[in-house]
Parts: sequence; structure tokens; C-alpha cells
Amino acid sequence: MSDASINASILREDEASFGDYFALLKPRVMSLVVFTAFVGLLAAPVSVHPVIGFCAILFIAIGGGASGALNMWWDADIDKVMKRTKGRPIPAGKVEEGEALSLGLALSGMSVIMLALATNLLAGAFLAFTIFFYVVVYTMWLKRATPQNIVIGGAAGAFPPVIGWIAATGSMSVEPWLMFALTFMWTPPHFWALALFMRSDYDDAGVPMLTVTHGRRATRVHILVYTILLALLAVGTAFSGVGGPVYLAVSLVLNALFLRGAWKIWRRDEDDSEKDNFKAERSFFKLSLLYLFLHFGAILVEAMLKPFGLGGW
Amino acid sequence: MSFKPQHEIHQRRFGRNLGVGLSLGAFVVLVLALTLVKVTSSDFKFPQNQAADQN
Repeated sequence: MSDASINASILREDEASFGDYFALLKPRVMSLVVFTAFVGLLAAPVSVHPVIGFCAILFIAIGGGASGALNMWWDADIDKVMKRTKGRPIPAGKVEEGEALSLGLALSGMSVIMLALATNLLAGAFLAFTIFFYVVVYTMWLKRATPQNIVIGGAAGAFPPVIGWIAATGSMSVEPWLMFALTFMWTPPHFWALALFMRSDYDDAGVPMLTVTHGRRATRVHILVYTILLALLAVGTAFSGVGGPVYLAVSLVLNALFLRGAWKIWRRDEDDSEKDNFKAERSFFKLSLLYLFLHFGAILVEAMLKPFGLGGW
Repeated sequence: MSFKPQHEIHQRRFGRNLGVGLSLGAFVVLVLALTLVKVTSSDFKFPQNQAADQN
């Protein structure tokens, strides 16, 4: 074997770094999972040992990351086509599809078993169901089959606060499902706003987003309708066990801004949007990130105030 | 075969090995901490005691 052939077999200029494998876990999505699961855990009306709480959040995050890796494995073909995703480790040629599959499966199994051992079986079962829902129901089935992909698939991203709550209490009640509903109803307008200014991406990949199948006018109407429903739900949550005056104040302000954003998007046509490079759609998308973060932040504040006799009604 | 020790790929491989090593180390520490918390908790019972309590 010549030096040249040895070099060729050993040296790969595009060889993956540790960060590339970490990127398979979708760290930005994972940060949302961590935060909402953390809020679900702390909002629960029981105290959790810090080590057990830390383990619960960590294993929920790893489970979320594992489903991200499995999503990248399955969607490698369309990730190559879309501008937004072609820099991901698999389309960039840094990580092989099989490696993403192995990593996803190994971390899924590990996170579910460890969460069940650290907290309780129900929490582990819910994490397993969440991974199944995101990978099989959303990624493999709905994403390429129906424009309602985001609506139903959004449930997967909404489960972490429920899992956090169950990890703490071992049982279910209404409050975690309100947190679930908040994320579930928030997901469609968030992604449809993105689809409005990234349309060609989904077109090119053949993903049946609402913008592709029903047109942009229908998408604008859908954003407004979902935002109205979301506002009712979000403000209504203020009067539940996880709400309170702080949450109500935050929610009123955010929903007023969010409704105004959705109204602007609804009133605009394609010419308006093209002229200012989708300014209203882009700012609505940015606001949506803040919207969810601050709603869960307010639930957290209410939970933190309760030991001092404050928080809640 | 004559790699320079400081070749960028070596650094990348070292980073990857270090990352895996630290992750596994952290996992071991975490399992140890979790075990300590579980067995020192006031409601901890060994399995045979649990079975005896139930009978």
C-alpha cells in the first residue's frame, strides 16, 4: 500500500468533529425542549431533589436531541435541497446517514431508560411516545403527506413540559396540558410565517407546506385564525393553577403584539411583502420566539414566587 | 506516512475523542450521583423489604 493510498483511506478533509455530531441533536430545538421541560418540572406542585430534576431535564433533552438526529437521518434527501438545511452535518457530507441513525437510536433508548429510572415509568413512557411521534408520525408520515404536517406534528414539540410535570409528580393534571396546548397552538403560526418567507425551500423539496398546497393567501388567513385561538388559550391559562397576575400581564402584552403582527400579515399581499423583503413576516417570526419564551418564563416566575406566598391567585 | 502532529485533522480527531471521553465520564458521575440520591432518600427500601411490606 503506497503512502498516498494510506493517506486517502485515513485522511478525510471533511471528517466530522464532535460539534458535527452535536449538531445532529438540533441544539436550538433542544434549548426550547430544555426550557419548557424545566418550567413543567418547576411548576409542578411538588419539590424535586435537584439531582433528580437535573437528570430529568438532561434525559428529556437527550431524548429530544435523539429524535432530531433521527429526523436528520430520514430527511437527508430533502435537507440537501433546502437552503435552510443544506449546511446540516449529513447534507454537508460530514456525517454519514447511518451514523445519524445509530446515534439517534442509541440516545433514544438511553434517554428513555434513564428517565424512567431517574424519575418514574410514566415519564419514560411519555418520552418514548414523544420520540415515536416526532420521528414516525411527523417526520416519516405527515411531513411529506399533508399540509397539516405542522399542526399535528407540533404536538411532538409540545410534550416536554408535560414530561417535566410527570417526572416531578408521577401523575397528570390539567395544568401541564395547558402548557402543551400553548406550544401546540403556537407552532403553526410560527412555522407558517417562516414558510411565507422561505417558500422556495419547501417548493424545491416537495414538502407540502400550506403555502405550497393552498397558496399564500390561505396561509395568511390560517396564521390569523390560529393566532386568535392561541391568544384566547394563552390569556385563559392565566386563570389556571400555573397562571397568576405576572403571567396575565405578560400574556396580555404579548398577545396584543402577536395579534397585531398576524393582522399585518393578513392585510398584506405578495406585492407588499416582496417590496420590503417580507419584513412583517420576518418580525412576526422573531416575535413568535420571544412569545413562547416569555410565556413559559412567566409561568416559571409564578412558580418561583409561590414559596414566598406570592404567585398565583 | 508522515503526518504533521499538528495537522488540523488530528486536532479534530482529538476534539472528538475528548468530547466522547468527557461525555462518558460525565454520564458515570451522573449515574453515581443519582444512585447516591436514590439510596439515601428517606423512602428508599431494598427490594426484599418492599416485598415483605406488601405481604
